[in-house]
Order: sequence, then structure tokens, then C-alpha cells
Amino acid sequence: MSAVENRPVDGGPPVKPVRGRGPSLVTRLLESRRLGWGGLALALAAPLVIATPYALNVMTSAAIFVMLAVGLNIVVGYCGLLDLGYAAFFAVGAYTSGVLATELGLPLLATVPIVVVVTVLAGIVIGAPTLRLRSDYLAIVTLGFGEIIRICANNLEITGGPSGIYGIPGLWGDALGPAGFYYATVLIVALAVLLAARLGRSRLGRAWRFVREDEDAAEAMGVHTYKVKLAAYIGGAIWGGLAGVLFAAQLSAISPASFTFLWSALVLMAVVLGGMGSTPGVVIGAIVISLAPELLRGLADYRFFVFGVLLIMVMIVRPQGLWPHRSRETPHTAARSGEAAE
Amino acid sequence: MTLLQVRDLRLAFGGVQAIDGLSFTVDAGEIVSVIGPNGAGKTSAFNCVTGFYKPTGGSVTLDGAPVTGRRPAKIAGLGVSRTFQNPRLFGELSVLDNVRAGTHLWLKQNVFDALVHTPRYRRSEQEATDEAHRWLDFVGLRGDRAGLVRHLPYGEQRRVEIARALARRPRLLLLDEPAAGLNHGEKGELLDLIRRIRELGTAIALIEHDMGLVMEVSQRVVVLNFGKEIADGPPEQVRQDPAVIEAYLGRDADDAELAAAREEVRGVEG
Amino acid sequence: MSQLIWNGLFVGSFYALVALGYSMVYGVIKLLNFAHGDLYMLGAFSGFAMLGVLGGLVQSQSLLALLLVLVATMAVTGLAGVALERVAYRPLRGAPRLSLLITAVGASFALEYGTRIVAGPNPKVYQVRLGGTSMEVFGARVTVQQLVLVAIAIVLMAALNWLVMRSRQGRAMRAIALDPKAARLMGVDVDAVIARTFFIGSALAGAAGVMAGGYYGKIDFLMGFIIGLKAFTAAVIGGIGNMQGTMLGGLLLGLLESFGTDWLGGQWRDVFAFGCLILFLTVRPTGLLGERVTERV
Repeated sequence: MSAVENRPVDGGPPVKPVRGRGPSLVTRLLESRRLGWGGLALALAAPLVIATPYALNVMTSAAIFVMLAVGLNIVVGYCGLLDLGYAAFFAVGAYTSGVLATELGLPLLATVPIVVVVTVLAGIVIGAPTLRLRSDYLAIVTLGFGEIIRICANNLEITGGPSGIYGIPGLWGDALGPAGFYYATVLIVALAVLLAARLGRSRLGRAWRFVREDEDAAEAMGVHTYKVKLAAYIGGAIWGGLAGVLFAAQLSAISPASFTFLWSALVLMAVVLGGMGSTPGVVIGAIVISLAPELLRGLADYRFFVFGVLLIMVMIVRPQGLWPHRSRETPHTAARSGEAAE
Repeated sequence: MTLLQVRDLRLAFGGVQAIDGLSFTVDAGEIVSVIGPNGAGKTSAFNCVTGFYKPTGGSVTLDGAPVTGRRPAKIAGLGVSRTFQNPRLFGELSVLDNVRAGTHLWLKQNVFDALVHTPRYRRSEQEATDEAHRWLDFVGLRGDRAGLVRHLPYGEQRRVEIARALARRPRLLLLDEPAAGLNHGEKGELLDLIRRIRELGTAIALIEHDMGLVMEVSQRVVVLNFGKEIADGPPEQVRQDPAVIEAYLGRDADDAELAAAREEVRGVEG
Repeated sequence: MSQLIWNGLFVGSFYALVALGYSMVYGVIKLLNFAHGDLYMLGAFSGFAMLGVLGGLVQSQSLLALLLVLVATMAVTGLAGVALERVAYRPLRGAPRLSLLITAVGASFALEYGTRIVAGPNPKVYQVRLGGTSMEVFGARVTVQQLVLVAIAIVLMAALNWLVMRSRQGRAMRAIALDPKAARLMGVDVDAVIARTFFIGSALAGAAGVMAGGYYGKIDFLMGFIIGLKAFTAAVIGGIGNMQGTMLGGLLLGLLESFGTDWLGGQWRDVFAFGCLILFLTVRPTGLLGERVTERV
């Protein structure tokens, strides 16, 4: 702890030092910055243990799911807005890159800038009319938007109708094998996780949390809550859209059936289960949710039922999630300039 | 120089006229108290000034610029900050983060800085932290600054709220019953704090029930009753005003009660 | 034209019935019960199970059997609603809105996939199809069964309206809606009233579920999802929390859909309905009959 807290105040009575228990070894370990590197190393080393095409496929899906969860975490965890139609952005990203790649013959990477533009627009189109609403209305409206996007994909000609789009090229054409694509995905997702976490620790990230905690107080401090919420929405949209590109590249075929409410709900579960607002929590939550069907093969019928019950239980018993966002600041972030953190 | 000018302000909730033609001014660097019985419309007036309510009539100008009905963030951007009657802190955030909220408007940092961790990002983050510590020192916060704000005792939370408002570096600070719920010693410290804020050159509009405090710090006192202004003047003059005494007591008061009321309005003992 | 109107009113009365429960619960405890549509689904399945048990009676007296099942199902779904409130929502009263909404999503999931475990993933076919002769009314083809269903819906709604606006029970509900704390201080048993609100709302949804089963003939465990969304849309159009408004909203949504479908084609029906929802929320978030409130800081 820094010495800051013990400093007496001019004019006031002498201030007693307040000393909580220092963070335990486990806490310090869990909050360490090296944790992220450890996780990345683990992900990169996984194919050395098991590298069947099936396992690689499952792990790639898990990585993409992590990206989705981190994106939704911006909206739900940081900003406190419930988005029940997150699969819509996922779909917009996947379809945009898929259509551009198959119709215009663009390489998949070249579609990324256009995907970003389109998802930003989608975020604005969905967010602009609805973000002025009360938070619970917003939740249902996003649910409706998720359905609208899916129904559009199902009925429009350019998206291939119910059968969808197939023959989407890989990330680097076909140059990457399954292992190569897995590594590329892991690196991209790791970058996405890092950038989302950095956004969360910035001026904008703080503003999101102010809005989540108390919109009126945030407004009183000059936070334009509407713009800040829209920014969270756009951020979530970009992350979701880019995850959609990876998804399209992985499967090479997409159809409306891939973007149902179930997807949105699963991503939400990952965020809630792991711990809203907590980057490591959300990453772990996403890995757990996406690997659960592999691990609990015999319980396939019970899976979603269990998820539903779990969601209720988490909210009642442990609303902060399994791996909550740190509640204390580290000595590092709390230190004044010139004061070396311990 | 007039900083805040409220002219003929009106606000109705359904059929209830909460504010009925209120006018007052706050000059730069001045402390003006707004007093009146419960339900007189004091907090509603603050909410109109800060943009939380849209007044149904009248105007609010800040430094000559009309701000009537603009959104709270815009008004905060013009140099107004406030506290709430019941502290409205960001409960699940650290004490420091709460005060950093005050730096939101002037901190120079964009999304690119945050994503790439440019030197400007590091500098501005450090600046926000330093500023937060500075104002927490200024308000004399006792307690853990890195921990959650909701773990602080009530009196300390009130200090954090004032520190947050000050970190905005406002020209005008609106305090809504800052002494409510404080003990005698804490009230003394608040008195001192308000004086030190004035020394910074910040004008203060103060809603307060504690007459001792009001008479002690204010240069001017505005008295409201039923949404109307019934007196406006220096404390000595207002405390003698028969209309004010009657507002606090009602029409049928006998002499003993009147004396008691005078005593209260005078608030010598604080 | 008159066919479109009749179709709209018919579907609209379903929407209204489901929307009422949504609206009541929202009015009283300001919770959007996402699982409400799933109680409708539960009603359809419970009706299906009961009809299976009744077996022989069904063949001879289909309408009577259906009415019997309707009443029994209302009790079942009503109790399910009460249980849901007790287990999932009550522990979170006073918790942040986000937690409650997430819990509601969890409840919806648990109900859907719980039903899937019990009844299996495939659609079920109702044993009773309300057949009936049709007649021409102002140029619209109207079947007897449609008339019966609309009549049931009207009776239920009228009963509810009486209950809320005229009875002691309803006064307690309205009191809690205005100010739960004051209501408690005035001696209203808030927990009991909220439980009853859930009972009534869920029973109405269950009734609608049985009626849908009898009319459309096919039910599946995800059938509550879309109707839940539609019911919310109906409630928002009319003014959520307002009984008459919600009924009006249901009928209006039915009409809008009917004409929208005719104009754009059946596959765009849901898109059109949600489009209306968004439009209403943007232009008039309090709905047609909702009151505009100044929120106090």
C-alpha cells in the first residue's frame, strides 16, 4: 500500500492509518499482468498436446467465442447495457465478409475494413434509436433486432436465403492449414482481448462504468451518457463483427441458423458466469461455455437447462461472477506521480 | 460579475407547481444559500439549473449564455458541478475512480491513446490519479482510497462526492444539503471546507437546513416557500424578515414560538 | 379487407391476453418477465398433457374438454408463475435491474429446455382440433372456433379488468405499483400481492397457450419466444403497465401485422412487428395510453 492514505490533512485531526489486509498471494497472482501472457502461452501450446483436426476445430471455435464474449463484455460488463441480440453483429460481420469474398472475389482479409465500417453502422442503427430508452426496454429491443437480422438473412437474395453462403475462402486463402488457422485465430483474439481490456482502463472505459453505476451522477460530471453508451455499442459491434469474419473463415459456409437467439444467450452466459467487467473472468467463462458440450457429452439434453438454472443461481448467489473484476485498485494505479509503487 | 442568473423559473409536476416564478443570481466567487421549508422547491431549482429537469418556464443563464433545458452534461461542460441530496457515488468503483470522474471533461486522452498506450495516455492517467489524490487531500478524506467507495462511512462518502465535484474544476459548485447526516465535528470541518473552496475562487450555491452553517458562510441568502422566493439578501437582513419567520413557523405562532423560531433562523449556536 | 381486419383482431386477442400478464407484472414490480412467453408455452404443453389423460372424453365433447383443460391449465401455469417469482425474482428484489433481467433470461432458458427434457425436442400435435363451420360476416370468413376463442379471451380480459379496477385485490396491486414502500406501511402484504399478480398474469398466458394449441394444433418448446416478443410489443404500443392500453395494443398489433403481412409478405411479418416496436419506442415510449412521467432525481 502506498503511504498516501496515512497523510494527515491540514487543519483536520491526525488521521489514523487505515490498513486493510494486504492482498493474498492468490489475489496477487490472479491480478498479475503476466497472467495474460500465461494464458496466451497455454493456448499456443495446446496443439502440442492434442492436434487432431477435430480438437483444433473445437479450440478454434472456443477462441472465436472468447472474442465474442470480450466484445459483449464491453456492452454488458463495462457499460451495464443488456444486449440480447449480440449475435446480430456476429452475423453482420460474417455475412459482410462472406458476401464480399464470394461475390466480388476479395480475399477475406481485404474485407476487414469494410466489415468494420458496416458493423459500426449496424451499431449506430441499432443503438441510436434505442439507447435513450430505459435499460430493460433496450434488452428486448436488441432481442428484436437480433431476430430482424436473422430473418433478413433468411429472406434476402444476397445472403443466400435459408441455405446461406458457402465457399468462403480461408483467412489467407487456403495457405493456412487447420493448425495455422488456429494459431492465427489465437493471436488475433489475444490482441482483441488486450485491446478491449485497455479500452476498459481508459477515460472512455471509466465513463462506461460511471454510466453503469449511476447515469445521473455521470451526467452531472459531464459524461454525455448517450454518446458514451453509443460508443460501447459500437465497440461491441466491431468486436462481434470481426469475430464473425473469423467464424466465416473457419466454417467457409454460414447460414441464418448459425445466428439464433441461442448464440446471443450463450455469449451472455459466458460473460455473466465469468464475471461482468472482468477480462480474465470473461475469457475463462467463454472457454468453459464453449467447451462444456465437449466435456459433458452425455448431458447434451440437459445442457441448456443447466445453463438457465446456472444463470439464475449466479445472479442470486454470486452476481459478480466466478472470477470477479478486481474491486481494489492496485498500488500501481493508485500511486501519485513520484511515488514508487511497492 | 453575474455567473448564474435564474429568471422567473417555473416547474410543474402534473398539477403541482413545484417552482413558481423563482429568480436569483450567483456572482462569481460568491456563496449564496438557498433555504426554505421542506418541499419549498429548493432541490427542484437545482435540478433545473443543472439540466436534470426541464423547467416549464423561465430561463437559466450561465455567464450570459442561455442554458435552459440543455442536457446536464452540457451544463457541466460549462463549468457547473454539483452534489446530490443523497450522495450519488459510483458504489462499485474505487474512491479514486469516483473522483477521477471529475476529470472526465478536461482529461486529454482519446481512444487511440488508450489502445496503443501512448505517452499521452500514461501522462493523462497519472494526471487523473494525481488530481484525485489532490482533491481527496483537500476535502480531508480519511480512509482507503484504493478500495470501493461504498465501504466508506457516510460522512466520508459526502467528502468524496465533494472531491469529485471539485475535480471538475468548476466555476460554480452546487451543494445540496452537504451537512445532512453529519455530526457536530464533521459540520465544523464542512464549514472550513466550504470556506477553502471559496478561496479557490469557486462560486457556491448551497441548499442547507443547518442555519448555523448558512449564516456563517453565506454572503447572500435566498428563501423559498411553496416554489416562490420570499426573501433575498444578506444573512442579517433575512433572519429578521417577518415573512421568513412566518414561513418557517406558520401564521398562528404565539410569541414564545416566534422567539424560538428567531433563535433557529439566527442559528447562533450552530 | 374485412378478412384482414378479422384476422388481425383474432390474432390480436391472443397477443392481448399474453401481453396483459407482461404488463401487469411490469406495472406492479417494474420487471420485464422474459419468461412470460415461456409460461404461454408451458400452458400449451400442460394442456396437451391433460388432454392426453382425458383421452376418451375428448372425442365426444371436444369444446367442453378444452374448456375444462383451459381452467386446469390456468391453475398450473399460475402456480408455475408464482413458483418462478418465489425462486428466481424475489431474492433479487432491490438488486440492480441488470441482475433481474439476466435472471429472467435464465428463467426463460430453464423453462424452455426443461420442457424440452420432459416433452422432447419435436413438435407435438394437439389431440383436439377445434373444427367448425365457417360463415360470412361482412365479407370475412369467420369460423365458429375463432368466435369461441375470441369470446373466451374477452371474458378473461373483462374479468381481469374488473379485478384490477374494482376489487380490493386490484387496489392493492395499483398501490404497490405506485409506491411499494408506502403500500407496505399501509398494511398491504406486498409479497402476497406480487405472488397473486404473477398467478393471474401467468394463468392468462397459460390460457392463451391452450387456445393456441387447440387452434393451430402444433406446439413446440420454443413457441413462447416469438409470442413473448410480440406481447412485449403489444404492451409497449398500448402503454406498458396500463391494462386497457395493453389490450388495445394487442389488438392494434394484430391489425398492423395483418395488414403488414398482406403488404410485404408473410416472411416479413415479425420484422414488421419489431419495426413497429422500435418506431413506437422512439416516437412514443410511453405508449398510446401510458402517462408521461417526469422522473425525479
